[in-house]
Amino acid sequence: MIKNITIGQYVPGESFVHKLDPRIKIILSLVFIVNLFIIDNFSGYILVILLLAIILATGKLSPKFIYKGLKPVLVLLIITAILNIFTVKRGNLLFELGFLKVYDEGLKQAAFMALRLIFLIAGTSILTLTTSPIELTDGIEKLLKPFEKIGVPAHMIAMMMTIALRFIPTLIDETDKIMKAQMARGADFDSGNIIAKAKSLIPLLVPLFISSFRRADELAMAMEARCYKGGDGRTRMKVLKLNYNDLIAVLFFILLIIATILVNKTNLP
Amino acid sequence: MSIKIENLTHIYMPGTPFEKKALDNVNVEIKDGEFVALIGHTGSGKSTFVQHLNGLLKPSSGRIIINDTCITEGKVKLSEIRKKVGLVFQYPEYQLFEETIEKDISFGPHKLGLSEEEVFSRVRRAMDMVGLNYEKYKDKSPFELSGGQKRRVAIAGVVAMEPEVLILDEPTAGLDPKGRDEILQQIKNLHREYGMTIILVSHSMEDVAKLADRILVMHKGKAILDGEPADVFKESELLESVGLAVPQVTYLIKELRKKGFDLSEDIFTIDQAVEALQKILK
Amino acid sequence: MADNMISCENVVFRYESMEGQTEKVAVAGVDLEVKKGEFLVILGHNGSGKSTIAKHMNALLLPSEGKVYVDGMDTLQEDLIWEIRSKAGMVFQNPDNQLVATIVEEDVAFGPENLGVPSDEIRARVDECLKTVNMFEYRKHAPHLLSGGQKQRVAIAGILAMRPDCIILDEPTAMLDPSGRKEVIKTITELNKKAGITIILITHYMEEAVEADRIVVMDEGKVKMEGTPKEVFSKVAEMKDIGLDVPQVTEIAYELKKQGINISTDILTISEMVNALCQLK
Repeated sequence: MIKNITIGQYVPGESFVHKLDPRIKIILSLVFIVNLFIIDNFSGYILVILLLAIILATGKLSPKFIYKGLKPVLVLLIITAILNIFTVKRGNLLFELGFLKVYDEGLKQAAFMALRLIFLIAGTSILTLTTSPIELTDGIEKLLKPFEKIGVPAHMIAMMMTIALRFIPTLIDETDKIMKAQMARGADFDSGNIIAKAKSLIPLLVPLFISSFRRADELAMAMEARCYKGGDGRTRMKVLKLNYNDLIAVLFFILLIIATILVNKTNLP
Repeated sequence: MSIKIENLTHIYMPGTPFEKKALDNVNVEIKDGEFVALIGHTGSGKSTFVQHLNGLLKPSSGRIIINDTCITEGKVKLSEIRKKVGLVFQYPEYQLFEETIEKDISFGPHKLGLSEEEVFSRVRRAMDMVGLNYEKYKDKSPFELSGGQKRRVAIAGVVAMEPEVLILDEPTAGLDPKGRDEILQQIKNLHREYGMTIILVSHSMEDVAKLADRILVMHKGKAILDGEPADVFKESELLESVGLAVPQVTYLIKELRKKGFDLSEDIFTIDQAVEALQKILK
Repeated sequence: MADNMISCENVVFRYESMEGQTEKVAVAGVDLEVKKGEFLVILGHNGSGKSTIAKHMNALLLPSEGKVYVDGMDTLQEDLIWEIRSKAGMVFQNPDNQLVATIVEEDVAFGPENLGVPSDEIRARVDECLKTVNMFEYRKHAPHLLSGGQKQRVAIAGILAMRPDCIILDEPTAMLDPSGRKEVIKTITELNKKAGITIILITHYMEEAVEADRIVVMDEGKVKMEGTPKEVFSKVAEMKDIGLDVPQVTEIAYELKKQGINISTDILTISEMVNALCQLK
């Protein structure tokens, strides 16, 4: 039943953001991340919030998806914040508890770092929310293609990603089946210490590995029977084409970068 | 050992858009030593049903009582249930993992906490029960064997736990006629010689016609027919309406009766048909 | 030779020996001809060599001895392999392990994409082939959510999109339930009758063989019997010896004949049996 949930966080849609060329989205996501690391004051973040709000609106996405994306990293966020609070020893001392000292610079740094992390997650979430796995692999393949000349196997990477995505639900299903079969023989995957739990995984992992090898073998044969001979000479049914919307998005981002640099230079808090 | 299933209902993913009622108020009683065939299409609920009998799944509502102990209420040790009710899944050879056949078959008995000696004798017995020579096969890797043989090793792995009830989910799936006949013969032996209560899940009427004492037909989570093979096969229209077929012999007898042949409606195997026709034609 | 879709001449195939084991001869001298437009069924139990010979027909395996010609092309000629495989497509037993893309229409496009067919043409072929197998409405679905029968139909569509002259199906129904089996057999029967595509069906289910133009029975790497369904199934004793099934009515006729009743064992269907018995009454 788990297989009914789509992989990643892709939410199908027809919005402006959904329809952008995946290559543009990937590049702009990278630009966004670099931009985050250029910013060194809170005012810069106001621009970021504005940008994210605009993207969410044009992408017809509800902020709750961003929240969902943040949940898994909540622990990391808290650890980052705490580390910063207690290790930064600049500025004015606010209070102390034994040998633990909290400075105002520490609080500021903690907030800054936490926000950076939040925006990072938000940005990449938007990428995966609005771009289907197929589009992502197509985009990555096209972007890496020029690097084939220096030995980057763009097509192979894309093919591997596609096959992995295709089989993840199937493997989840199979894992479930094997687990149930072994449980029917008395296997217990829940109890015991770390070592016991690790050992209990053998009756699960060995059959899974064996079947995966067999699966790979059969799939390779089926692909060869359909004349697969690597990336050379392959055409695609769906061709990626850039259009005006992509240009608008790129220009928009260029504006953002310029604005960020200007804001940085002004030494705002 | 008897199993009583009362008002069993199971709903997958309740409250979500994927909600599905897999079992709908099923009431069945399985008596000690019976050979019950469970027939139904993919999606009829038969796999869901059998997974309740050894505690792998819990009902959304309803009760299951094994030998007067209700296993669905209160705290019941699942390991106790699994000692009594063994379940062999479809394509069980895919669960083999040990280096030798003996080690793989002994997995279950070990989990039962038995002594080494007891495990050893159970493995031997189990291999006998499925027709695998102990000395010849014990040290071989399970992966060296043919598909049908691997399947027998997997079945032995469950049989070695010496359950009172053995449930087999489509044990002939993917096998050729010879392999199918061999497995069914083994199952027949387990029933006759070792007295196990057998629940055989299948979608082949022809397979079960000769073996089952009783046939239970499921459709969309409900038990729609429950009785002896002869009685169940008479309902050919009902079976057809849910996408199942009766053995070819049954159709033949029906057509012959229409043409005025004096044949009993209870005929559904080749041997029965030959005997009856012989009498009429000679 | 030009009339034959596939021609196997004295084919022998030996599996390479592993770690000191003796070589296994999977195919021990097979002569086989498949005519264009035929519906041929190769029957045999596991280990009879039927799957091995099937894989010779699209050059997935090359003969240790003998020759295999696909539409006149010798499979031993390396440079012809891709043309051979686009003429003779193959559908495999495991529905899951032949679907490679994340959505149905992308998988059907896989074959033509490999052949370098132009984008628009691929689109047209994909839509057409999905409609032929009645899976057009599932074109945007993910493969893992389909039933076995549906997956196999998608696989067939994927082969059709390569415009083959011949489709070889290696036990395509072995892992399916009865309704899935029906779907697949119906699809390939229609392809044979309406589109004239040569169909070679490898199976051990005799119900699937009764509609064939011709049946070849294999055992121990050799062709043991050959002929029309009537000719092959009426040899009940030989079939049972090999470990294969015959239709229940055929077996009944055979048993009755053994008892001295004058009935032909040429019977395959219920209506034939009813007619024969009525005449004897």
